Amino acid sequence: MNNKVYNNRAWLLVLPMLVLVAFSAIIPLMTVVNYSVQDVLGPNASFFTGTEWFRTMLNDSALQAAFGRQIMFSLIILAIQIPLGIGIALIMPKQGWQASAVLILITLPLLIPWNVVGSIWQIFTRGDIGLMGWGLRELGINYNITRNAGDAWATIILMDVWHWTPLVAMLCYSGLRSIPEAYYQAARIDRASKWAVFRYIQLPKLTNVLVIAVLLRFMHSFMIYAEPFVLTGGGPGSSTTFLTQSLATMAIGQQDLGPSAAFSIIYFLVILLVSWVFYTTIMHLQKDKNSQGGV
Amino acid sequence: MAEIILKALAHTYSANPTSPEDYAIRQMEHIWHQGGAYALLGPSGCGKSTLLNIISGLLEPSEGDVLFDGQRVNELPPEERNIAQVFQFPVIYDTMTVFDNLAFPLRNINIPGHRITPKVEEVAEILELTPLLKRKAKGLTADEKQKVSMGRGLVRDDVSAILFDEPLTVIDPQLKWKLRRKLKEIHQRFNITMIYVTHDQLEAATFADKIAVMYEGQVVQFGTPQELFETPAHTFVGYFIGSPGMNILDVRHHAGEVIFADIPLPIPQTFVDAIANTKSSNIKIGIRPEFVTVHASKREGALPARKRQVQDLGTYSIVTFELGGQAFKARLPEGHPEFGDDIYLTFDHDQLGLFVDEYRVEVTS
Repeated sequence: MNNKVYNNRAWLLVLPMLVLVAFSAIIPLMTVVNYSVQDVLGPNASFFTGTEWFRTMLNDSALQAAFGRQIMFSLIILAIQIPLGIGIALIMPKQGWQASAVLILITLPLLIPWNVVGSIWQIFTRGDIGLMGWGLRELGINYNITRNAGDAWATIILMDVWHWTPLVAMLCYSGLRSIPEAYYQAARIDRASKWAVFRYIQLPKLTNVLVIAVLLRFMHSFMIYAEPFVLTGGGPGSSTTFLTQSLATMAIGQQDLGPSAAFSIIYFLVILLVSWVFYTTIMHLQKDKNSQGGV
Repeated sequence: MAEIILKALAHTYSANPTSPEDYAIRQMEHIWHQGGAYALLGPSGCGKSTLLNIISGLLEPSEGDVLFDGQRVNELPPEERNIAQVFQFPVIYDTMTVFDNLAFPLRNINIPGHRITPKVEEVAEILELTPLLKRKAKGLTADEKQKVSMGRGLVRDDVSAILFDEPLTVIDPQLKWKLRRKLKEIHQRFNITMIYVTHDQLEAATFADKIAVMYEGQVVQFGTPQELFETPAHTFVGYFIGSPGMNILDVRHHAGEVIFADIPLPIPQTFVDAIANTKSSNIKIGIRPEFVTVHASKREGALPARKRQVQDLGTYSIVTFELGGQAFKARLPEGHPEFGDDIYLTFDHDQLGLFVDEYRVEVTS
């Protein structure tokens, strides 16, 4: 006997969300898919190309180079920002007005629009009027972001560290705040060293916020556009040209809709894939840890 | 080994305390003898956790001294006091195995590995954690976790006192008694001073040889469970210990009689005399519900009262009755005689307590 009541009208409740998602994500994405398989010659002249654009894009050496730079950039800033963010969170004051003051100070870079950040650093690094550019020159250091690729890279990384480490620090700070005081008290009674407290209490309790921090920073940095565009314009040469800039040049500068649509999809899938692999790996590791030696 | 002495100890969280109410711990003297099993019993907010944290060194007392074997340890941090503490919520190191958790305090003081293993195995055996040694501590149940955190205190040879801060709060009821028995067993096996903070009188009575009852920042009585029951030193102890608590009647002396809400009480002459000689106006008579007898009919020396409710709890019944406009209780054994709404009460005269300004006064007969 099955007395279950079947009532599919509940699906109607999902409908508004479905419409919203359709307009915000599915439809725009589908137009991109549509372009990626066609060669658009004019308003009424286009023909089907199949996977040709995809193959072209994957074999494009300029894009491959930009892809390499992009990966390198993301890895470098993660390697700097995550440890640095944890470090800052650890030394931040825990209560009183100092805690609020430091929190506000630290959040400031996060509130500045991307292209303004680029502009600030562009001026900051100028040899004639920029504090840093002028200072380095006065110290006798040959520093020029428009001529030296190494200088340009270092500056972009420094800029990104300045702009985004606060996010990691704030996430870690909130993670640290949520550790009950008893853990620290027990560790003192167990005579744990500062390092042991970090290694066995703080770091394990930070795992979840760190996963979020790494994911956010990876996605952000992998899609970076405005800051390096304003600061270096992708130069010198193409040494700081990242994927987004290549894409913008192709789609808007050259109006190559087909290739840039194919490229967008590949780009999107790469980010999705990396994030998914990272997330599932971490979650899997945690699950293993929990059940290790269990029944 | 440690005898813990609290000398003129007081603690306040306020910067400039003005009245006794500003103190979480009011000035007190206390001695915890080496090897004793003690409980610190009191309602929430009475200062018992504060007192425990002062003993363990997590808090520095604002006044007075804490002495361990005669040595002043006020400024010593917990890591230098040779104590262990078990917290309300189990504290374990999630990423470590049970073995590593137990070995952690030993590794921190650089004990060589070949001496750690036998010690950890010994403690695991006592706590029945041996099958779990290789498991990650994160996946354990609450009672297993609590045993691990207790074990971390037991592995160290130098631990002379273990402090428990309501350690059974998160444990399932059916496991509580098991863990409590384990604690008792550990106490008998190791010659360790144990102080157990709780608000549950049953927990305190089953664990401890002597109970310190705290009320408003003071230890109002320190005694065996029997003493707390039979001769409560303070009205709060009378009220807090026992189930239900003591009946406390606000009385005054008038023309050779002791009056409670206009009703003359049938109590011994020694009490009447003692009350007549008391200067304070805060006089109370206490009688435990166990020593109130309920009669169905009028008799010499019995107080008329009105029955409100009878709760049958299987092996005994609790009768709530009204006397002088207030509700009181009597605890009657199984198979007590039937009675109607109008009842007549007698008190066991040997079990009456006299309290002046809330503290017990002995009445010599």
